[in-house]
Amino acid sequence: MFSTVLIAVSIITGIALVAGLLLGYADRQLPANSDSLVASVNDLLPQTQCAQCGYPGCKPYAKAIIESDEAINLCPPGGQETVDKLATLLGRESLKLLEENSMPMNQSVAVIEENLCIGCTHCRDACPVDAIVGAHQMMHTIIAAECTGCELCIAPCPVDCISMVSAA
Amino acid sequence: MSAPTFDLGKLHGGLRLEGRKAASTALEVQVLPVPSQLILPLTQHVGDQANPIVGIGEKVLKGQMIAKTDGSLSAPLHAPSSGQVVAIERWPVSRRYGEPAPCIVIECDGEDNAVDLSASIVDYKPLSPDELLAQILRGGIVGLGGAVFPTAQKLMQAITAPLEYLILNGVECEPYISCDDMLMREHADDVLQGALILMHALQVDKCYVAIESDKPEALSKMSEALSVIDDARLVLKLVPTIYPSGGEDQLVQLVTNREVPSGGLPTDVACVVQNVGTSAAIYRWINHGKPLISRITTISGDGIAQPMNVSAPFGTTIADIVKFAGGYTDRADQLIIGGQMTGKSVTTDDVPLVKATNSILVLSELHAPGEELPCIRCGECAAVCPIQLQPQQLFWYACADNEKQLREHGLIDCIECGCCDLVCPSHIPLTADFRTAKGRIRELADEKARAERARARFESRNERLEMEKQNRDDELQSQKQAVKKTGPQAIQDILDRTNKDKED
Repeated sequence: MFSTVLIAVSIITGIALVAGLLLGYADRQLPANSDSLVASVNDLLPQTQCAQCGYPGCKPYAKAIIESDEAINLCPPGGQETVDKLATLLGRESLKLLEENSMPMNQSVAVIEENLCIGCTHCRDACPVDAIVGAHQMMHTIIAAECTGCELCIAPCPVDCISMVSAA
Repeated sequence: MSAPTFDLGKLHGGLRLEGRKAASTALEVQVLPVPSQLILPLTQHVGDQANPIVGIGEKVLKGQMIAKTDGSLSAPLHAPSSGQVVAIERWPVSRRYGEPAPCIVIECDGEDNAVDLSASIVDYKPLSPDELLAQILRGGIVGLGGAVFPTAQKLMQAITAPLEYLILNGVECEPYISCDDMLMREHADDVLQGALILMHALQVDKCYVAIESDKPEALSKMSEALSVIDDARLVLKLVPTIYPSGGEDQLVQLVTNREVPSGGLPTDVACVVQNVGTSAAIYRWINHGKPLISRITTISGDGIAQPMNVSAPFGTTIADIVKFAGGYTDRADQLIIGGQMTGKSVTTDDVPLVKATNSILVLSELHAPGEELPCIRCGECAAVCPIQLQPQQLFWYACADNEKQLREHGLIDCIECGCCDLVCPSHIPLTADFRTAKGRIRELADEKARAERARARFESRNERLEMEKQNRDDELQSQKQAVKKTGPQAIQDILDRTNKDKED
């Protein structure tokens, strides 16, 4: 009778010990799966790639939120709605959207005034979504359907021939 | 002659509405004289606008094509009378969701001279379906039940699927409207001849002509015409007088007992539905060369002096038609283009009659909706919904802007028939809310697709930049290697050469 109990207890203890060791090993050795978390944060971001958050695009910002605990209220195009959604997803406290030095983007697209364009390729290289077509010393143009309205092409233009117009 | 049959599928919900059609069916269809000016929108159909092929100042003849299609989803437009084009400009029109649309304005000369119609008459029997459809396209014919989908394109899409039945829709279930009723009473033969042409185009050998049971006169005229044609492929079907039995999917269900799947078309269950008016228009175009330039429209309601059906050329203003029907009465309060349930309330009668205008209603304030109160979740709306949706639940989610739940509860399948509005004891304008919510869902989907594309482009750009950097580094590395390998030898060579020069 006593031996039966002993056998049962030792088997259970043995299983628990082995499982515990395995889990402990896995926790130390295998990397945490932060990729899927980054992807789901990235899904919530508006993908304007405008870099107003201080990171060079939406995915790098998503990465920073997960990996270096960056604040979730740095995305003006996403608006307060995105901040709230991020807070829900990550279980963090919702913050008020930080809006210093940034403007909201309301569905506008960049347009190149083509007779002024000198073909310097600066705007083309600045575009985060490759929505500007043009070659050196050739007129450039913007693919309106692909433009996210991030305004990153405006500053590099040496002749100020890019302006934002309403997309509608 | 085949007797009308009743073996029908069943429609969920729906309403037995008071028909109120007697007033407008008392008189025969009255032909409206051609007005002095015709305003013809280029967007009288679903799809892209037609392209004008006449210039300002040009003289046109009745039946002449004045705007064409260029291969996209669209329908051409013909001059309803002879005269001179005086303007091509934007004009307020009674489109369902719209602002002023570009219109061709014709100043009529009153002579009504027509082009040679016999030139466009074709014998359809030896034609292949494709040739016949191309000919139908040139007639400017669109679905006259109110949806104004270009008929030729609807048929072209349909013939890519296996088909069994053509269903002619003579149901006309909305209150007041009686233009199809009058058409069947007065031109039953045109409708049935059109059905034969459609059957040839679709290569089907069964056609059900569905007529609502509250139209005994139309039914008897159609039976008579059918016995003359004596074609066993055509069968009359009586459907019960329940709104909205004339909805395309609802009619398919009633007549064939097959349910059109969510998000699908009648062609998914081997059916094609055409309005009786469309069928008659096809017959007149194919057999008589008359393009679609006029239609029968019902003018009725308790705000109009003499309700009636008129046959009027497109481009006639609603004001002219109202005047022809004796003008407004003292009780006139609101003007609706289309039916009472699905029509659009407009604020001016200075809009033209278009291909979609099956009815003009002038109603008194008795018909104005009551004050909106909170939803008490009585479920009346769910009981009448012909699609078996849960409007009370959808309303909840529409208020909360809950896109996911709206999708899951099938908002996209709502046909906007207005049954739920009518039975709601709290007078909630459910259909209007659903229409807004549908627009919002479409917007969100567009936004999502855009973001997804931007994300993909951003990532592929980063990959490209990474690759370019890698290539540059590799190149630099290999050049360094080359210099390292050949460098000392090259220096030695130069030194040797200079030493040799010195010696010389």
